[in-house]
Amino acid sequence: MSQAQTTSTRSSSLGATLGAIGRHRVVWPLAALALLFIVDFIISPSFFNIRIVEGRLFGSLIDIPYRAAPTALVALGMAVVIGTKGIDLSVGSIVAIGGAVITWRIHAGDPHLLILFIALAVGLLCGLWNGFLVAALDIQPIIATLILMVSGRGIGLMINLLYGGTDPSFTSPLLQGLSTGHIGYIPTRLLVFVFIFALLWTLLRRTALGLFLESVGGNTAAAYLTGINARMVIFSAYVISGLMASSAGVILTADTHTSDPISVALNIELDAILAVVIGGASLGGGRIYLGMTILGALVIQSLTTTILTSGMPPEYNLVVKAVVVVVVLLLQSSNFRSLTLSILARRKR
Amino acid sequence: MTETATARIEMRGVSKIFPGVRALDHVDLRLEAGEVHALMGENGAGKSTLIKVLTGAVRRDEGEIQLDGKVVEIGTPGEARALGIGTVYQEVNLIPTMSVTKNLTLTRQPRKFGMVNWREAREVAKARLKRLNINIDVERPLGSYSVAIQQLVAIARALDDDTRALVLDEPTASLDANETAMLFNIIRDLKARGLAIVFITHFIDQVYQISDRVSVLRNGRLVGTGKIADTPPLKLISMMIGRELEKTALRLVGNAKTSDAPVVLEAEGLGKRVTMQPFNLKLRAGEAVGLSGLLGSGRTEVAKLIFGALKPDTGRLELGGAPMHGSSPGASVRAGIAFCPEDRKAEGVVGELTVRENIVLALQSKRGWLNRLSRSEQERLAAEMIKALGIATPDAEKPVGQLSGGNQQKVILARSLVAGPRVLILDEPTRGIDVGAHAEIVTLIRKLCGQGLALLVASSELDELVAVSDRVAVLRDRQMIGEISGADITRDNIVHMIAGAKS
Repeated sequence: MSQAQTTSTRSSSLGATLGAIGRHRVVWPLAALALLFIVDFIISPSFFNIRIVEGRLFGSLIDIPYRAAPTALVALGMAVVIGTKGIDLSVGSIVAIGGAVITWRIHAGDPHLLILFIALAVGLLCGLWNGFLVAALDIQPIIATLILMVSGRGIGLMINLLYGGTDPSFTSPLLQGLSTGHIGYIPTRLLVFVFIFALLWTLLRRTALGLFLESVGGNTAAAYLTGINARMVIFSAYVISGLMASSAGVILTADTHTSDPISVALNIELDAILAVVIGGASLGGGRIYLGMTILGALVIQSLTTTILTSGMPPEYNLVVKAVVVVVVLLLQSSNFRSLTLSILARRKR
Repeated sequence: MTETATARIEMRGVSKIFPGVRALDHVDLRLEAGEVHALMGENGAGKSTLIKVLTGAVRRDEGEIQLDGKVVEIGTPGEARALGIGTVYQEVNLIPTMSVTKNLTLTRQPRKFGMVNWREAREVAKARLKRLNINIDVERPLGSYSVAIQQLVAIARALDDDTRALVLDEPTASLDANETAMLFNIIRDLKARGLAIVFITHFIDQVYQISDRVSVLRNGRLVGTGKIADTPPLKLISMMIGRELEKTALRLVGNAKTSDAPVVLEAEGLGKRVTMQPFNLKLRAGEAVGLSGLLGSGRTEVAKLIFGALKPDTGRLELGGAPMHGSSPGASVRAGIAFCPEDRKAEGVVGELTVRENIVLALQSKRGWLNRLSRSEQERLAAEMIKALGIATPDAEKPVGQLSGGNQQKVILARSLVAGPRVLILDEPTRGIDVGAHAEIVTLIRKLCGQGLALLVASSELDELVAVSDRVAVLRDRQMIGEISGADITRDNIVHMIAGAKS
């Protein structure tokens, strides 16, 4: 009797442990990533190979983070905004405006280091605008940022006209080096990414800003009554998002060394939102998961890479992406999991 | 009033059980034709449920309803309306962006060839308003009119030619004195036409102005019904608050004299239009001051005006002898005032954040975002508070939203205490807390006062105020009407004061 009891307790505690693992937020996106890698390996057995070509690392495992970096930067900013129960649809347009300004100033002959800071200042300005609309004027975030989303690419085209707009391409050893160069064996943009991530993490987690952002997103009235300046906190989220988008803009613009406001970073806001959601955050606000957001961006990029390496026509990309995203979200939904479990249990009986 | 054998509406033995709560327990209610019948009771007494049973919004479990002597079944609001029972709910359920015409004809638009006939709709709307002697432009959006007019439009919508009874749930809650007088004229007119009118309000004065009879509910039971002329305010309030708790809780006070302690906080003429009449209040170090009054009397408003969560438009506030500049929760928290709100779910806890994060939030806000408390410091504070207040949680990293209500309340208290305030404002500190925790919190409050903390407690529980307060400020109808201190603080004295001059 007592032995049977011990066994049942042990097995139930094992079940509880497994349940706890299943509930931990890192598991499902990681599982999705692993699954994609396995598919890739089956399609192309050389998937995990990493070679050194022309003095730099080369291979799918480098290529995926390399291509994911700009989206991941945008997604990190998005994670902050979503943490405050907001959303920033204007990130793609901020990239476009940044690219146009970079090209314009290069044509005007500014020093390239200065242009780097000008590009970031443009993102800051865009973030201030969004923050002003949302925090000071109380406009719903989706509408407030839609304004810049719609107008931003047009503004980019207008900036292109400032230097005639005939030849929007440029060369810049500094900016192109940041985007497509490498330091040692490692692509520079990955180092840039790690640097910016460290800055953002420090800003959020080594000061109390992260806690304030999350408390305002979780319950604005309660945060306000503990003395937190909720408006300033929301304002700061949009400024951070603008800065992150413009840093992604530098990488993307230098990559193609041209200003193409119509199609640069098209739909990047959707990929960023997906990355945040795959990372386990709720659009209802209240939680910011920086590391998980990067994982989300990697899942999205791996998916694109997988579709390309599989030889499927690229037209399938968007639909397959949608299917995978739905699956990941279903796995994360505790409602769905308990539903499946109860159906399985009924079958067994 | 025409007292006849058959009442307009007679509800007999009505019961309603919600999961875990007996909302109505064999309640009888008799409404005569041509009377205004006030329905009184504190929050949760069962007023709303009773009204919803009458208007078909809630299905009763037991009892029967008679209308002019005939037993009727009222299953839906539509059926109630067809029987001639009109209702105006507390939350005006009209659409402010639509025209008055559209609001008045929303449920039954006159049609012509299958299309809405707007010309006729306008005439219908005008005719409906005419019944109440209102003449306004029916094409303007409803939201462009004052709240009073909107209220009247809501009444106009509830009235048909054959309406026999009208239910008004707190119609005067957001009206000023003139608007209320206008509404009362219309109610008197409807009464003269033979309607039975149910009037729900928290304003005692208004009950005496307009009602013929009054029924009082408490904890789902009918406490009594009587002519208003035979029911003085004191009796009415005693009926509402109840006497079974008379076994007065042991007074924990008897503490040192605080009357010569330094004044920590002083409000002078602090007030806000419509919300709260200007009031004066002093808090001394080590003193606990209670705020007493019925629901809607301005308890929460006084607390929020002092804390800066409501912006006062008159008066001034001094803290430790220095005037407070600007009024916002941020400024108050930095100056050393902490506030525990009444509605813990909407204004208290941040459900997604952990117990630890919730506990350190106010202190962190006081220190500013750059001066972050280290993780180990946060953990120490959280562990201390979990132990001191007996917060039942497996660990400090559990999201607060998953704790029980009483424990969430303790987390909010812990958050305020951790910030090390000089003045602590508690709005309904023990609502929804079990008896054991209640005693712990009261003891803790007394201990803090012993250390020089000034305390302001707004509470609907008289026994609680009697137990903890050195002084009690009494509120009625959004006015501070007086103070009681020392040995004079008894249930009876407070009730007398709330009842006021009319007793």
